[in-house]
Amino acid sequence: MAEIVGAYFTSHVPAIGGAIHRGLQQDPYWKPFFDGFPPVQEWLAKVKPDVAIVFYNDHGLNFFLDKMPTFAVGAAAQYDNADEGWGLPLFKSFEGHLPLSWHIIESLVEDEFDITTCQKMLIDHALSIPFELAYPNADKWPTKLVPIAINTVQHPLPSAKRVLALGQAVNKAIQSWQGDERIVVIGTGGLSHQLDGERAGFINQDYDKFCMDNLSVDPAALTKDSVHEIVRLSGTQGVEILNWIGARGAMGEGVAAEIHRNYHIPISNTAAATMVLEPA
Amino acid sequence: MSSSPAKPEPIPGTHLFDGDAAAKGFALNDMCFSFNDAANRQAFLDDEDGYCAKFNLTPEQRKAVADRSVLGMIAAGGNIYYLAKLAGIFGLNVQDVGSLQTGVPVDKFKAMLLAQGRGETYEAAHAEMMKGEMVNG
Repeated sequence: MAEIVGAYFTSHVPAIGGAIHRGLQQDPYWKPFFDGFPPVQEWLAKVKPDVAIVFYNDHGLNFFLDKMPTFAVGAAAQYDNADEGWGLPLFKSFEGHLPLSWHIIESLVEDEFDITTCQKMLIDHALSIPFELAYPNADKWPTKLVPIAINTVQHPLPSAKRVLALGQAVNKAIQSWQGDERIVVIGTGGLSHQLDGERAGFINQDYDKFCMDNLSVDPAALTKDSVHEIVRLSGTQGVEILNWIGARGAMGEGVAAEIHRNYHIPISNTAAATMVLEPA
Repeated sequence: MSSSPAKPEPIPGTHLFDGDAAAKGFALNDMCFSFNDAANRQAFLDDEDGYCAKFNLTPEQRKAVADRSVLGMIAAGGNIYYLAKLAGIFGLNVQDVGSLQTGVPVDKFKAMLLAQGRGETYEAAHAEMMKGEMVNG
């Protein structure tokens, strides 16, 4: 049976891609953030996942506002990055895992999650940067990919409670999968930040700490607030915590063990965080 | 949209990109989405008026773009993820965009972020940033 080796969570600020491109990992501004990744890299080298199920949000690369799915699951043989409009170098492509994608899709719909399926899906920095950070020297990514995009852009967004349930339904799908893959689930984005409006630059360390402290032991605590309240607490883009909540759900309902945490302010306008959890 | 259940208490300095904004901002966001293509970015730089006309920007949107007013673009329905692609054409990053929206020089905006990194609350860091600044309007 397939095994979930654990979950990895990280911020996905586009500027991280620029910093990697320019080799700024030891620069004083960037070092406290990049220093959070050797433990992630060592953990991945130890648990050796061969499939990644990634919860993320698209930033206007694959989805425009003409059609905005609340939940979208990729079912492609390959996923490519493309020009996002702000000068980042192109990121490497991913190999898909078609049978697992369709198994998850069938299982989710059976469980009454009315998702969108994507046989063509461009993946943006929100998906690529976590891999650049986790596998800095890879010529090609060591895992196949099943991407799950959550709308964190155009309100109404799905509730945190619904996103946790989606993740748990993905876990149920994995439980009924007959393959012997080693699966890592990944949640990207956050933590608190706000790019737009007069409150641009808003960060909330107390709320971030609340999220990080509860992610392993009581993820349901993160679902008590409405999306509106999460925006108030975490910023307009801090609501990307939904991606973390979905990934945490995919680990299953049991308590998880926190293996690693790093938190640093600021990276760009963001409170940047990185965590690794394992099933307890 | 406006007939939906009562909206919760607004969040100061925050403009949720909801159905009203998405409907209002469609043309502007559509133009910004086109900037994923380098040729379109160049076409905008070559003939800004002509390019904006092609996407049927509203007068409010056209003025906000001409004025490089980020808050004006947001008021006209612009979504920040799309506006960031327009900002990229001018070489502006999200600290520059933050500076434009808060009305302080970018160095002060960055200092506000760094102050939060030293453990200051947003409120304290923001108050410090605004010290000595002219209040808009």
